[in-house]
Amino acid sequence: MLGKTAGGLFWMFRYLERSENTARLIEAGFRIALTRADGDDDEWTSVLQTAAVAHLYFQKHEQIEASKAIDFLLRDATNPSSVLSAISAARMNARLVRTAITREVWEAVNDTYMVLKQALARPVSARDLPEVLALIRQQSALVRGAMHGTMLRNDIFDFCRLGTFLERADNTARILDVKYYVLLPSISQIGSNLDNVQWETILRSVAGMRAYRWINQGESNPMGIADFLIFDTRMPRSLAFSVKKIAANLGYLERNYGLRHPCHDQIDVILARLTHNTIERVFEDGLHEFITDFLTDVARLGHQIETDYRFLG
Amino acid sequence: MTDTPRFFDEMHQHGGAPRAPYDTYCGWFGKEDLRDLRKKSSDAEQFFRRTGITFNVYGQAEADERLIPFDIVPRIISGREWARLTRGIEQRVRAINAFLYDIYHRQEILRAGRIPVDLIARNEAFLPQMIGMAPPGNVYTHIVGVDLVRTGEDEFYVLEDNARTPSGVSYMLENRETMLQMFPELFTRIKVQSVSDYPRDLRRSLAASAPANCSEDRTVAVLTPGIHNSAYFEHAFLADQMGVELVEGHDIRITDGKVQMRTTQGYKPIDVLYRRVDDDFLDPLNFRPDSQLGVPGIMDVYRAGGITIANAPGTGIADDKAIYSYMPDIVEFYTGEKAILQNVPTWRCGDADSLAYVLDHLAELVVKEVHGSGGYGMLVGPAASKKELAAFRAKLTARPANYIAQPTLALSTVPILTKAGLAPRHVDLRPFVLVSPDRISITPGGLTRVAIKKGSLVVNSSQGGGTKDTWVLEE
Repeated sequence: MLGKTAGGLFWMFRYLERSENTARLIEAGFRIALTRADGDDDEWTSVLQTAAVAHLYFQKHEQIEASKAIDFLLRDATNPSSVLSAISAARMNARLVRTAITREVWEAVNDTYMVLKQALARPVSARDLPEVLALIRQQSALVRGAMHGTMLRNDIFDFCRLGTFLERADNTARILDVKYYVLLPSISQIGSNLDNVQWETILRSVAGMRAYRWINQGESNPMGIADFLIFDTRMPRSLAFSVKKIAANLGYLERNYGLRHPCHDQIDVILARLTHNTIERVFEDGLHEFITDFLTDVARLGHQIETDYRFLG
Repeated sequence: MTDTPRFFDEMHQHGGAPRAPYDTYCGWFGKEDLRDLRKKSSDAEQFFRRTGITFNVYGQAEADERLIPFDIVPRIISGREWARLTRGIEQRVRAINAFLYDIYHRQEILRAGRIPVDLIARNEAFLPQMIGMAPPGNVYTHIVGVDLVRTGEDEFYVLEDNARTPSGVSYMLENRETMLQMFPELFTRIKVQSVSDYPRDLRRSLAASAPANCSEDRTVAVLTPGIHNSAYFEHAFLADQMGVELVEGHDIRITDGKVQMRTTQGYKPIDVLYRRVDDDFLDPLNFRPDSQLGVPGIMDVYRAGGITIANAPGTGIADDKAIYSYMPDIVEFYTGEKAILQNVPTWRCGDADSLAYVLDHLAELVVKEVHGSGGYGMLVGPAASKKELAAFRAKLTARPANYIAQPTLALSTVPILTKAGLAPRHVDLRPFVLVSPDRISITPGGLTRVAIKKGSLVVNSSQGGGTKDTWVLEE
């Protein structure tokens, strides 16, 4: 396979994952705004921060406003993480790697692009937002289904998965990074209304609300939520789950090609750090430091994969 | 008073009865409901859009990707007609390859005085870098598209030869795929020769042309200028269908005398490069130094026998529109036979007498740029306004050698499906020819291009033309 093709697959699936994550962040923000009495738009600041686009937002708008934030996250062309930008970029990469993906996957991505371009042609009103967000979820499922149902489990598949889980690990870690203070015992006041809302945001942002309740018999506590999102390998958006997947796919590539690269050493270190750690220790050493280190490691790993598999010249 | 039609309609005889090849089709069509067919037509469009069978139009940033209109009424050619055409096409393609070998070696045809020396020596399409170089198997044009037009029952003309990088074959294949999905019952009633072997034949044909110094598995790759090229879809489609890599210039470097592509497991040699990049851009070290699309030094590897480039650089000299007018002589010179396919009479405007004639009859003629393609920069006299004629007259007078003129041909028509039912539109035909050292193969049919606008004679997709599936009947 061409290095460029591997890079195209990797980025195609990063962007697909990103569009879905952005949509989920909007959903969380919107839900919180609906259930809160004071009508404050603060929640959108942290949503924009989590998507790492707050600075871009303020280049364009002076103040946080729900409708502007939603539009910025859904459709804005100057925001590379907006749903529309991410889907366009995913499709562009899909065109680039057309020879590596099945017709079904290509058609699913192309269809997603056409459907969402149409749905997002104009600003989406609050009334239509739930329907549009549902549409985005459905389309993501369509692409994922086509991928799982039709693609060979070979190196092509591995690069797709690497993109998906690197993006996901990064995303979940950033949610934790923006909200880490809510989870700190010193600040949190157990059971207070404010905290419940904040925890809910976190769990909704990773579609983990219901799962968490099932696992923890409805009890929410900060350390439990952090443990769930960092260490729980049953949770498909947790750091541990994503990292295990990355390690597995890099392992397949190593065996398939008979080549071990620096990225393999890096993922081993990242995986070991997670598996030999506990949530108690993380809180002791500092949750914020832990997450910052993790984000740095994941970014470095992304670059190393790019180099080792010759994505670029 | 009888009204003799100006144009030959391929489906209906004068009076309305279907011609023999369309007999079964017309019987079927007569029983179909127009609304159902219209629905099929919009289904087909949706199918094309979903599949992403689009092309980019240069200079239209907004409408980034456009669909080529597809018409669901097939163009049908009898087996007998096709057999005659293939003999003519094969003869012509053989002559083109012999001509190219000669023109880059001993230049017998110039010595014999059959073609003016100036026409070659002063021609931008002639590549001095190719002189004395024999491509592997002496094949210059691995892929050729011969544009044909029909004017009567047995009258076919070659409108032009495409010996550089003919495009459109992906539409031929996808059009058939679409028709098979839309009208399976038609294919059970009418026996149509299959086109689906083309990708396999293309790969075999390219592999058979590999250089002597090649790897065991004869690695083939397609070189594309990139995702923004108007034919990118086709490049990706062909690479995919052949099961070979689609590369761009920056995926390639030259080491150990081989052209190598950057893979996830290191650099791998390419033996045959089906390039969809023009000569000018192929090698910045040997041609245009500002090219970002090519591979620096590939010409040196090529000359040393390390790679096959398909089509060979310098083949443009054979499809140059000024050379075109000499094609009957060229066929005769190299094959010793009269050309089976007719040429359209052509005035070379560089010639003073011809220029005078062309200027006098501008409103009746079609004038084309010698090096142009895609219907850009062309004048269709009868359809042009006074203002357009005057503007073209000025261009023509300023650089006469840059133009050729031909009579406006009475292009045959095949009906398309419109809101009101069938309506005749002008068509041409581009059959695709594969040349390898041991054989020439022609896919039955080809791409039928159709002018969607009533009365229009310009069928190019860049000018709003559409396509039809082309059926060659089993005899």
